[in-house]
Amino acid sequence: MKRRVALFVTCLADQLWPAVGHATVAVLERAGCTVEFDARQTCCAQPAFNAGYQAEARRVARHFVEVFEDCEAIVAPSGSCTAMVHRFAQLFRDEPAWCERAERVAARTHELASFLVRELGVRDLGARFPARLAWHDACHGLRELGLKSEPRALLAHVRELELCEFAAAESCCGFGGTFSVKFPELSTAMLDHKLASLAQAKVTHLSALDGSCLMQLAGRLARQGSPVKTVHLAEVLAGA
Amino acid sequence: MNPPGPETFAANARAALADQALRGALRRATDTFAERRAAAIGGVPDWEELREQARAIKAHTLARLDHYLQEFTRHAEAAGTRVHWARDAAEACRIVAGLAAQHGARRLVKSKSMATEEIHLNAALARDGAEPVETDLGEWIIQLAGETPSHIIVPAIHKTKESIGALFVAQLGIPPSSDPQVLAAHARARLRRHFAEAALGVSGVNFGVAETGTFLVLENEGNARMTTTLPRVHVALMGIEKLVPRFADLEVFLRLLPRSGTGQHLTSYQSLFTGPDGEREGPRELHVVLLDNGRSGLLADELTRQTLACIRCGACLNACPVYQQIGGHAYGSVYPGPIGAILTPQLSGLERAGTLPFASSLCGACKDVCPVKIDIPSVLLELRARAVEGTRTAPPRRGGWLERLTWRLWSLLSAGPRRFALAARLARLGERLPLVRRLAPPLAAWSSTRELPRLAPRSFRDGHRRKA
Repeated sequence: MKRRVALFVTCLADQLWPAVGHATVAVLERAGCTVEFDARQTCCAQPAFNAGYQAEARRVARHFVEVFEDCEAIVAPSGSCTAMVHRFAQLFRDEPAWCERAERVAARTHELASFLVRELGVRDLGARFPARLAWHDACHGLRELGLKSEPRALLAHVRELELCEFAAAESCCGFGGTFSVKFPELSTAMLDHKLASLAQAKVTHLSALDGSCLMQLAGRLARQGSPVKTVHLAEVLAGA
Repeated sequence: MNPPGPETFAANARAALADQALRGALRRATDTFAERRAAAIGGVPDWEELREQARAIKAHTLARLDHYLQEFTRHAEAAGTRVHWARDAAEACRIVAGLAAQHGARRLVKSKSMATEEIHLNAALARDGAEPVETDLGEWIIQLAGETPSHIIVPAIHKTKESIGALFVAQLGIPPSSDPQVLAAHARARLRRHFAEAALGVSGVNFGVAETGTFLVLENEGNARMTTTLPRVHVALMGIEKLVPRFADLEVFLRLLPRSGTGQHLTSYQSLFTGPDGEREGPRELHVVLLDNGRSGLLADELTRQTLACIRCGACLNACPVYQQIGGHAYGSVYPGPIGAILTPQLSGLERAGTLPFASSLCGACKDVCPVKIDIPSVLLELRARAVEGTRTAPPRRGGWLERLTWRLWSLLSAGPRRFALAARLARLGERLPLVRRLAPPLAAWSSTRELPRLAPRSFRDGHRRKA
């Protein structure tokens, strides 16, 4: 029987990179899932939560819970947004009823690579993506969801793709939501540390499971006139 | 020298980023410590279990701190230690200064202690006409330079051997040198005289043991051993959170702390004190000053209480990508880095240090390396919320009302699909106006160093609806 999956496309992919959303659908369908998209969805509430505006974040988190609480599995092409949903308990720590509902939804919310490898046991999606590609271990995927081997296992099965590790793979890109605009110089210094290490790897592409990191990385690469292209994991896996 | 106020963090960070010598020294030092730590914990198969044990011991102790403080005091006093209670920095300084005066100790020696930095003990003693001398090499360098430490365990991490050489030439009149061996030999000769002359030694405390009234001091240079044995009187300043219940608990922390801090299996010296050693050699009097200074105020909230579990190893500083770029001084607080960003606002108040919890990308590297598993990102998020909550009642800072309005609007627009879609359409219109892209403050801050992404001509939801 086909696994039914609710796509949480994330607000950034929805508005900035719809191709990531379409690629996510294609990858999940290739993995044998039926993908549903509930257009009532908006955002995971992370921007306000990280900025300290918890009351504002709670309002959006409640909306997320209401939209997704009847779904068997919710999949998002983002480690950061998934980690936020897993953090709802902290947001609702004074509201036990909401906390319980939020934790039920959190238990069924998965990041894409994690869902494919851990839940479906899929590693080879028959993808082809000609590139020398470096992998950025996005912080929330790496440290909050423990995703290190999962994306690599998926990339290892992509035809014509050479995965090139670099020293600063696990270093933060410096995005951090409002951090990137509150302290732009500091954010950029962290970013440049990462990109200096990337330059050693001589790659054609840089990939990650989070669009927000890729936005930060791509923004600087473009400003520096670098030929390195950024691409979301979903787009690599959807490559044919 | 007084550290700059935390509100100037952004300006401090910019200044630090412009200092290439500082950034080079920081990168070398933090990389080295991170490598040594990784090598040291590589040989400990039960590292994760040790961390969990340490977390549990600290959580248990902090939940019953009143009980363990009384137990510690009872046993320490029974062993002949005199225990003093200091509510705040001023009271702690008064107690130490009073003991110095009582013993006619004008010159006193100090071993490294973050608690004494926290209460600005040296400045208080100097005001009373006393001459405190730091004897840890890094601390002594900082004292000679008239600076403050920029790292919890490596106070002079921001200095190069060249800058230390220049400092010694200027302050001590030595012949020019930047050879660490030569510089250390000069320091040793100077410090020996101070040890021999001082009537009172001040130390910190790494761990206090409730069941025996014992305390432990860890160090590598032997200076703390001399500070606590040569003078007639030894005064130890101990934060009230330093307690562990049982002597056997020390084993857990002795395996965790040196490996996390310097990457050593064990520090060169471990000194245990249970009462004075009056009959034989060593100080005739042993005093412990128990320092609250805001700590008891952290005990009520279970989430933020874990801040007090910190054993001051400095691993979170070395692992932090923000600290690696700007060092400790930019934080403008005695405790820098991730732990400083959660500890300082809770000890000194969010109205003074409210910027610090925001000085993080929330990458979580600090949480991963913390030997007592403090969930620093969660505490940062909680303190951010409190900082924002504070602005709802306090007089608003410049631009604060605009920020609040923006988030309220964001939350309204993101809590319903029609409103969200409408906002997205408006944003597409706004994006076409060059003024919006240039002038909206967050967009301008972004594009100062990075290209701004463009909204997709058609969103995923619009594309999906068309397909369906």
